[in-house]
Amino acid sequence: MIQINQLSKKYKGATDYSVYNLDLTVEEGEIFGLLGPNGAGKTTLISMLCSLLKPSSGSFTINGLDYHSHKNQLKRLIGIVPQEYALYPTLTAFENLTYFGSMYGLKGKSLRDTIQKQLEILGLTDFAQKKTKTFSGGMKRRLNLISGILHRPKVLFLDEPTVGVDVQSRTVIIDHLRKLNTDGTTIVYTSHHLNEAEQFCTRVAIIDHGIIICQGRPSELIANQHEIRHLEDLFLKLTGKAMRDHA
Amino acid sequence: MHKLWASTYKEILLLTRDLGGLAVLFLMPLLLVITITTIQDSTFKTLETSKIPILLIDKDEGTVSESILANLDASDLFEVVKGTDEEKAQEHVQKGLYQLAIVIPQDLSKDLAQKVAENVENILSRFGMEEENIPLVRSKYKPKEVRLYFDPATQQSFKSSVRSNIDQMISKIESETIYKAFQEQLTDDESEVIFDTQHFITFREIDPSNNQKPVVPNSTQHNIPAWTLFAIFFIILPLGINMVNEKNQGTFVRLRTQPVPYATVLGGKTIVFLSVALVQFALMLLVGLYLFPLIGLPKLEIANKLPLLFVVAFFAGLAAVGLGLLLGTIAKTQEQSAPFAATFVVILAAIGGVWVPVFAMPKFMQTVSNLSPMNWGLNAFYDVFLRNVGFSDIIPELALLGGFFIVTTLIAIYYYARKNAV
Repeated sequence: MIQINQLSKKYKGATDYSVYNLDLTVEEGEIFGLLGPNGAGKTTLISMLCSLLKPSSGSFTINGLDYHSHKNQLKRLIGIVPQEYALYPTLTAFENLTYFGSMYGLKGKSLRDTIQKQLEILGLTDFAQKKTKTFSGGMKRRLNLISGILHRPKVLFLDEPTVGVDVQSRTVIIDHLRKLNTDGTTIVYTSHHLNEAEQFCTRVAIIDHGIIICQGRPSELIANQHEIRHLEDLFLKLTGKAMRDHA
Repeated sequence: MHKLWASTYKEILLLTRDLGGLAVLFLMPLLLVITITTIQDSTFKTLETSKIPILLIDKDEGTVSESILANLDASDLFEVVKGTDEEKAQEHVQKGLYQLAIVIPQDLSKDLAQKVAENVENILSRFGMEEENIPLVRSKYKPKEVRLYFDPATQQSFKSSVRSNIDQMISKIESETIYKAFQEQLTDDESEVIFDTQHFITFREIDPSNNQKPVVPNSTQHNIPAWTLFAIFFIILPLGINMVNEKNQGTFVRLRTQPVPYATVLGGKTIVFLSVALVQFALMLLVGLYLFPLIGLPKLEIANKLPLLFVVAFFAGLAAVGLGLLLGTIAKTQEQSAPFAATFVVILAAIGGVWVPVFAMPKFMQTVSNLSPMNWGLNAFYDVFLRNVGFSDIIPELALLGGFFIVTTLIAIYYYARKNAV
């Protein structure tokens, strides 16, 4: 589904690559977790795959399509749930979703029905007509998710979709993502919640300093390591305990 | 088309949800035009109805100073206060107690009369004589000066106007004195009319439009177009803020991942903000038509020019929106967009001739003025409001305004494409 070849990104003025010569394949139907400490290159990689950032070198295809020759087709194929809330605070939840759905070419009753259904699944029906600036962090995260899936994307990129939300919201979000995956959506997601990733992902890659340092099924990665019982132990073993502050 | 409509609807919602911003958008330009017109109109009225006090130091106390005094009184512009001490007069003017002091030198009447008589005698003595036989007589009278002291805060235009009036007055007195001297030399009968002393050359102001019912330009006719245009261009401020907000809210990032051309996003903004400009314009017209007469200001005369006026407002609005789209595309923060927009509009207004007429600008600035879309808009408005021209006459200005919109929007799209090229 996603084929990445020797993909690199070096920001203007930076001394090091954020992503360096990265090769990766994500199969159709997978829930693929991109894990790594802060500044490891996860968001940069997802931004390149969503056509928000220009790679310094290398290439990738999604469903066999590359961005240069199939820009609009690719945009219809993918959905993105960015780390920051991408919502208009003075519009209601329904108005936000109507607008973003329209930008995918959805309209009329089918758009309204899709919005109602998604709002119901994610527990926001009662707040559909409320302005999003009044929403809690968890509600905004759920609405942010709906904005990215209204057009039923084949591939969904989620950048830390559960950061800063309570257990209830997180459970609803993860359950819904599982359902989407069951319905045929390939999911690529980044997270710092390693327990969540261990439970949720079919396969993960731990990325640090822009390169993949290990990848595979969480259970296999854990089993292959001596005295490692959780993904978090493996993560710390591979990336170390040093702080990754950067500015 | 559906995406354009959705974008337009979203912009309408965003605009109407910010009622404070909307009020500012519509009310502030109205407040501006009412304030400026009231000030300008009252300034004209003040000049017409109340007199400016000036100090007159009469060291001459002769016919010339009497004539100057009579002329000043007759002008209805000044209230003459007589003084005796030149130094004190200078001090009063310096302190701003009087805007002007006129000092008439000692023996001005006597010396002028004698100097003129001397000249007349010289001229008459030449009649019938060979030129080489007449020696050139050097006058013993030195030129006299009437001294004017202006308050340093007095505007240059006022100074020029007063200088010109006094110059005219003195020329008239000199001519009369010359006629009088000739009269005395040629006849002993003072009542005998030898010269027709009426001005031979006069001037008359004629409306160049040759219109049956010419519109008399007043403060309203001048201010409504100028400040409406200013308000229309101020739309780049909220438009810039709107676009920078989208970047900060992250919604712009989402739009970049969606299959929607940037031109469609800009199209929605163009439709809404252009409509705002037209509503602003309509409000300005309504204020000029109905509110101004109620508060004692001249009524706006639009006769049957309404369609043409809206055509000009439409194109001026397009130009303003184009500029706003470009600014919003380039600016990254509110700190960049808001001060730039506010200052830039003021600069455009200044070079466009909103404050100082273009013909009164230095040559270089006149050339620069030709590049200001506000100048194109103002010319088109004046063409319709004051020069009573038809549609074909304003096509060049409309083409420039429309072209400006196209160019700025294309630059915005190109900049966006380059900046976000993947």
